[in-house]
Amino acid sequence: MAKIIPQATILEKYFVTSTLPTQWCPGCGAGGIGHAVLQAIERMQLDPKKVVLVSGIGCNGHFTRHLRLDDLHVLHGRAPAVATGLKMARPDLEIIVIQGDGDAASIGGNHLIHAARRNIGITTIVSNNYIYGRTGGQYSPTTPKKSISTSSPFGLEDPPFELCNLMVGAGATFVARGTSYHIIQLIDLVERAIKHPGFAFLEVIAPCPTSYGRKNPETGITGPQMLQWQKENSVSIKKAAHMSEESLRGKIVTGILLDRIEPEYSAAYAKVRQRAQKGGLA
Amino acid sequence: MTEISIQRKWCKSCGICVEFCPKKVFTVGELNEPIISTPDACTGCRLCELRCPEFAVIITEVEERSHE
Repeated sequence: MAKIIPQATILEKYFVTSTLPTQWCPGCGAGGIGHAVLQAIERMQLDPKKVVLVSGIGCNGHFTRHLRLDDLHVLHGRAPAVATGLKMARPDLEIIVIQGDGDAASIGGNHLIHAARRNIGITTIVSNNYIYGRTGGQYSPTTPKKSISTSSPFGLEDPPFELCNLMVGAGATFVARGTSYHIIQLIDLVERAIKHPGFAFLEVIAPCPTSYGRKNPETGITGPQMLQWQKENSVSIKKAAHMSEESLRGKIVTGILLDRIEPEYSAAYAKVRQRAQKGGLA
Repeated sequence: MTEISIQRKWCKSCGICVEFCPKKVFTVGELNEPIISTPDACTGCRLCELRCPEFAVIITEVEERSHE
């Protein structure tokens, strides 16, 4: 097992501690993703000046404001689009996009699928807490059927997006899923995603006790209960291969779901630029 | 040996460290806050540090004091 970097080191190197405490509710899943990202960056010994976090609107986007790293806090849903532009202009940077499920799948759904289609070399981490937390608990495109939310007080009938399958279909070359509970695995997944040369997508199942848990007690009401639910309902991809479709219903399959190498967009486009600069159409 | 400290100004008493410590080092206090009850049981696995959503738990490795 790779070494866990002490929290004191992380706090000293990456945090502006005067901005803490965070503005998240007790038991929020966003902090766990923050831990995983910083542990991976520190473990890989990335130059902090070469790492840019692009954050979407929502609870998860507010993680970057506590850090010494460069960040772009952009319009709702537009994080993958801005990250694409940044990668095209500065291919030497390591760009990590942190979004929530509403931001990534609904408002910015188009940007997400087109970033995946182009195989642009960014890492997108989507925290899936099944709800629009910050705006008051409305259902999002990943909210499970029958869920109660402020905009579906009698139960939701919309089937949810399967984000990882969507990304496989859209052409992402690295797709993985982790949970807040399995934090050691999550650090490894973030590291693998950052190392991946093309578009890497990581879905993190995260708890939102305030907006989702309180209304849907079957997945746990408090933060610890929701993590316990994740623990009991997660299946690794290796184990899932031997399980029937019926027994996998409602389970969270964790691990690397897809990992293949395709030409990265900014590198491929640099060649187009070279050809154009030589002049002539041929 | 380890030394555990909790940044009380950052902690929101969510109870995650209490619930998931493999050695049950923490207990819940009167105001739901985590109390470090059995610090000697800590093995330094750092899972509480990593799971704390508020970055409030800090574990430091300290040299074991020799008993005379």
